[in-house]
Amino acid sequence: MSKRVAIIGIGMTKFGELWDKRYRDLITEAGADAIKDAGIDGEDIEGLYIGSMSPGLFAGQEHIGALVADYSGLSGIPATRVEAACASGGLALREAYLTIKSGAIDIVVAGGVEKMTDVSTSSAMIALMGAGDQEWEAFKGVTFPSLYALMARRHMVEYGTTIEQISQVAVKSHHNASLNPDAQFPFKVTLEQVMNSAIIADPLRLLHCSPITDGASAVVLASEEKAKELVDDPVWINGSSSATDTIALHDRKSLSRMDSTIIAGKKAYKEAKIKPRDIDFAEVHDCFSIAEILAIEGLNFCKLGDGGKITENGETEIDGRIPINPSGGLKGKGHPVGATGIAQAVEAALQLRGKAGKRQVKDAEIALIHNLGGSGATTVIHILKRN
Amino acid sequence: MSEGLAIHWRLIPQRYNLVGTECLKCGEKFFPPRQLCPNCRRVGEIREVKFSGEGEIYSYTVIHTPPEGFEFMKPYAMGVIKLIEGPFLTAQLVDCKPEDLEIGKRVELVFRKIIADGSSGIIRYGYKFKLKD
Ligand SMILES: [Zn+2]
Repeated sequence: MSKRVAIIGIGMTKFGELWDKRYRDLITEAGADAIKDAGIDGEDIEGLYIGSMSPGLFAGQEHIGALVADYSGLSGIPATRVEAACASGGLALREAYLTIKSGAIDIVVAGGVEKMTDVSTSSAMIALMGAGDQEWEAFKGVTFPSLYALMARRHMVEYGTTIEQISQVAVKSHHNASLNPDAQFPFKVTLEQVMNSAIIADPLRLLHCSPITDGASAVVLASEEKAKELVDDPVWINGSSSATDTIALHDRKSLSRMDSTIIAGKKAYKEAKIKPRDIDFAEVHDCFSIAEILAIEGLNFCKLGDGGKITENGETEIDGRIPINPSGGLKGKGHPVGATGIAQAVEAALQLRGKAGKRQVKDAEIALIHNLGGSGATTVIHILKRN
Repeated sequence: MSEGLAIHWRLIPQRYNLVGTECLKCGEKFFPPRQLCPNCRRVGEIREVKFSGEGEIYSYTVIHTPPEGFEFMKPYAMGVIKLIEGPFLTAQLVDCKPEDLEIGKRVELVFRKIIADGSSGIIRYGYKFKLKD
């Protein structure tokens, strides 16, 4: 059994509407970048885990493990696709981590990829709805924004959260994205612009929603022994957890909190032997602005119900008490669903190495990344530490 | 996504008549129905139960950007309904203006068309809810 597991290489494509790139081009580009960053060769790679939510519906392609190994010039090694809706990337990272931890192999690439803009927006929405309950939600005309709108409404009623506070999440995300050259939307928006954008599912508006995005991301993971041998700046995975909840939103114990996040958070803090206050910054799953509020409450960065308030106070800004989504988050950076969980690891590693440029969180030593599937039926969390 | 004929046929009792299940061991009622009680699992005793179709609005939203097949209805209201027997379900709220909607308001089941598979395909029916006077 390997004692510890480290991220030794990171790679990511630009996120956006990448008309000229195919599914397989995206993931091979990110993978090659990560391998180059680690300073190793393809022959060193012993396994692949690829997070991808719905390539069958978005690109007509399944059998992703073999495809990615093939186009990376790595045919022969074991390759596994991992799927947990929008948490596919985070779960691929966790599976790769567990494989190394088990001692089975020493060097693994965990990647994530989604090519979403080859289909119409309406078809993309249908594919995404596969993350919910097909028989009892999608059949009724439910959309993903509407599920988060149902949560937002309860949060507003139970805790007095305001639409201004929810909108401030998007303003902050866009501000951070404006400092990130790989972001889909590298520009700022004002509170007025967010609050006056088109209604998607009341009370949520267009600028409360993450976009449809093409992109891929990859990290190289290594056992403690190999990591020390190969690189000077490994980023250690000190905690890894995942938890599930009911597939349909209506079956949850509460709509105003995210129980899978609360459960996975407690497990990850325990494994890493730290408290929420020890986290220097977090990348959380803000697929909709209300989701960031539910995430930071569930991760215990504030009390349940206070997520809107601490956002409004500026506590989650890059220079605030607990910076959230310095990358720009799903809202600003983009959300190629399968790639998102791995892209969070890429951002965290970049920050912990002190190489995040204008969006650098000062003295970042410990980071938490939080990846959500569907309306919260899966949460995957990792805690990362600087060497 | 459009469903095959068998999927729809299989769900007719639940979707037309709000037939769910209950566990005789712990007493919990389930809608949408479950064949395995999550509390008692293997030792649970499941039987069918018909729900009254009465409940209240637990949360709601008005959808302005609908998925394929629902475009002609937009905007439409969607609610999480708490049935008086306990379970929660998701359904459209019809015959009302968005400004009439409020958490806690009493609602009752109505039987309506949900979606048609194109102009010549099968028409799928099911439950929606309306405000109770
Ligand atoms: Zn039972």
